[in-house]
Amino acid sequence: MSGFLLNRLSQSIVLLVIVSIIGFTVLNLMPGGPLAQFGLDPGMTQKDVERLATQLGLNRPLWIQYLDWAWRLLQGDWGHSFRDGSSVLAVIGRHLLATLLLMGTSTALAIAVGTWIGIRGATHRYSLFDYCATIGAMVALSVPTFWFGLIGIYIFTLKLGWVPAGNMYTIGDGSVLDYLHHLILPSLVLSLVHVAIWSRYMRTATLDALSQDFVKTARAKGVSERRILLKHVVGNALLPMITLAGMQLPSILTGALVTETVFTWPGMGRLFLDSLGYSDYPVVMGLLIFSAILVVLGNLIADIVIATVDPRIRLG
Amino acid sequence: MASAPQPLASEDVALAVRDLTVSLPAGMERAHAVENVSFELKRGQILCIIGESGSGKSVTANAIMGLLPKSIRVSSGAIRLQGMDLVGLSPESLRDLRGRVVSMIFQDPLSALNPLMTVGAQIEEVMAAHRMGTPKSRRSRAIELLTEVGLPDPPLMYHQYPFRLSGGQRQRVMIAMALALEPAILIADEPTTALDVTTQAQILQLIRDIQRRKGMSVMFITHDFGVVAEIADSVVVMEKGHCVEQGSAEQVLKSPSHLYTRRLIAAVPHLTGKDRVPAEAAAAASILKVECLVKTYRSGSALFGRRRIVPAVNGVSFDLSPGRTLGVVGESGSGKSSLGRLLIKLLDSDSGSILFEGRDVARLSEAEFRPVRPKIQMIFQDPFASLNPRSTVGQILTVGPIAHGVPHKAACEQARELLAHVGLDAGTFDRYPHEFSGGQRQRIGIARALMFKPKLLIADEAVSALDVSIQAQILKLLDQIQRETGVSMIFITHDLRVASQICDEIAVMHRGQIVEHGPPSQIFLNPKSAYTRELVAAIPGEQQSSAGAVGSQSTLAGHSHK
Repeated sequence: MSGFLLNRLSQSIVLLVIVSIIGFTVLNLMPGGPLAQFGLDPGMTQKDVERLATQLGLNRPLWIQYLDWAWRLLQGDWGHSFRDGSSVLAVIGRHLLATLLLMGTSTALAIAVGTWIGIRGATHRYSLFDYCATIGAMVALSVPTFWFGLIGIYIFTLKLGWVPAGNMYTIGDGSVLDYLHHLILPSLVLSLVHVAIWSRYMRTATLDALSQDFVKTARAKGVSERRILLKHVVGNALLPMITLAGMQLPSILTGALVTETVFTWPGMGRLFLDSLGYSDYPVVMGLLIFSAILVVLGNLIADIVIATVDPRIRLG
Repeated sequence: MASAPQPLASEDVALAVRDLTVSLPAGMERAHAVENVSFELKRGQILCIIGESGSGKSVTANAIMGLLPKSIRVSSGAIRLQGMDLVGLSPESLRDLRGRVVSMIFQDPLSALNPLMTVGAQIEEVMAAHRMGTPKSRRSRAIELLTEVGLPDPPLMYHQYPFRLSGGQRQRVMIAMALALEPAILIADEPTTALDVTTQAQILQLIRDIQRRKGMSVMFITHDFGVVAEIADSVVVMEKGHCVEQGSAEQVLKSPSHLYTRRLIAAVPHLTGKDRVPAEAAAAASILKVECLVKTYRSGSALFGRRRIVPAVNGVSFDLSPGRTLGVVGESGSGKSSLGRLLIKLLDSDSGSILFEGRDVARLSEAEFRPVRPKIQMIFQDPFASLNPRSTVGQILTVGPIAHGVPHKAACEQARELLAHVGLDAGTFDRYPHEFSGGQRQRIGIARALMFKPKLLIADEAVSALDVSIQAQILKLLDQIQRETGVSMIFITHDLRVASQICDEIAVMHRGQIVEHGPPSQIFLNPKSAYTRELVAAIPGEQQSSAGAVGSQSTLAGHSHK
């Protein structure tokens, strides 16, 4: 196990280096460069901009800039935002909780509902329920999320007035109930797609497990259908789902660009969009590395979880 | 139920099946999976149900267990057990009988156990499902059962996961599970088909011992008359859903009355101690000369973690003359399939040489070997998995030659000729693999290999997945092809009876090495190594005929090669 971890860790480091190099290069290929916006500012002269560039070290060759950035990163200094000068880690920290709240809720919801729909769809294959679930999943997958968001706001906010249209809390309130009230609509909208994906995978995995010989063995032993489903089928069907869950982890923390924008949710997705708009290179790079680390971590955690629950990997 | 009242089963009948008819859903190739099948399983006896695939033997077993898929229904007849009629019994009462009164073991022990549960937990589950005992008593019973089926170190075995066990050990666990509640009846659905000969012999022995010790009644489903001869008290022969013949084992085996039974018995490959008469005198030069071939599997990362080293092929040497067949026999894990892959360079060897037509191909790069590839072709084991389901048979046959530069039209023409040659009709060319039976697919696989006019054919368990009667046909076809084309063959198999049918020489492999090499007469009648003797002794159904009279080839001559 420790050998396996070491192996994976060394692979991950190589991966992160490659991702950061690509990200850094592509970002700097953007026309105008990081200080382009100041060129339009009537209060700044060309000289001011040049002075700023020297100050920030932006006139050095790109590879030196990269090495400098990477070296600082290793020391825990992720750089400072061009926008307000605060440290990148602090900026990420400010938005992380909001995203965690939204994505955590919707993912938990999606996994619970999706697992149930998937199992029921498989055990009642070709039933009315199964057909409805299939069609529903197709609709949820093919209609863009922002449309569901807008329709949701139209119906539940404008027509019915049940929930607020956006933001994470009411300024001046901020109680738990107020947070929950704001959370309902965006998390539901966001979980739609995830329920669709998760239930489809779960249905296939359950069907696969149901057709296994050991299910027949369990029946021949006189085990009840309920226990067969819970003990033999679901356990084996969930194995491949762990990998899928691991791949979801980064999206839980890096947020949903579209949904966060529609509901003006102050999360990581919106931070990314805004930072791009401001050419805030340090924050964009910070977010890029952050999500790359999460991808690596998510896969690693999934592998470790699989290795713990599957004796064939744990002991093999 | 439409059937008239049946006479009550007499005392010594454990299970009686009366006029059982099971309907298939509309649109299948026949209306009934089984039709009007009647038989009795006597108390304390072993009843063998024998038939080819599709004969309805497994459907009958599943009907007794109440395990038929939803789309298949018992439409009439009765299954009487302990004074009850199982047909029409509620699912809950059937569940209660399963595992307690009737137990079942299956063909593939590799997939029949839940990979995520320990062996002990799976055995205890039977008792828990029927609310028997306490957790503590179940545990001691499980260990007792593991001891009873002859598994080593039962307390340790209790905590093992199935993947750690060999096929034979897993089948023992299945048997332990089936015995947990001392059922009156054990149904065994081809329990030894997926096992090696020696393991098969052990499992058959175990089933027979337990059956005698406990006075259990066993319904044993098989397609192998060798197995029938080994353990059956009485036999039911099934063909296409009908029971065509039944009687005592001796009666059915010695004087079969039905044509189908006779055909099945005749098709069983028998060990022939006779050497094959080659088509022509051996040429001086050998087509393939293998020297000290070595392949070692290494797993695990080189940098981190444990490494596992398995010597798969360990210093193998042999010679093969043109137009001859070398049989490579051994149990699973003996390295015989690795050897086949090395020869066709699907695997790279670590050391040693493979002289093909005088040229060492072992060290050639893929690019250098490519022109030689057409001359060495392979026939694979699984006729279902080895043909691309999305290509027509024509495409499957022609894609290789076209890739090697044969014009499309010529390749198609040749493909049609070959299909006719292997006994398939003209329409085959445009059809897809799933439209064919296993035997037909294997013919397609043979035609595919012949497209290149190869010098050497490597057949890896080419008939192992087929019914005995189909096996016989395919062996005959291979023999005929060899006589016509002079192709050399390496025939890899775990079945010594099959090897004895088609091979000029046989190499017995054990743990990566050839432990004995010689003509069939030596291997089967006068084996030099202890391991070969063990293999030969394990062959089912041969005790009566060969072991008793080493020299009496007259009884076997009828089945010998030529």
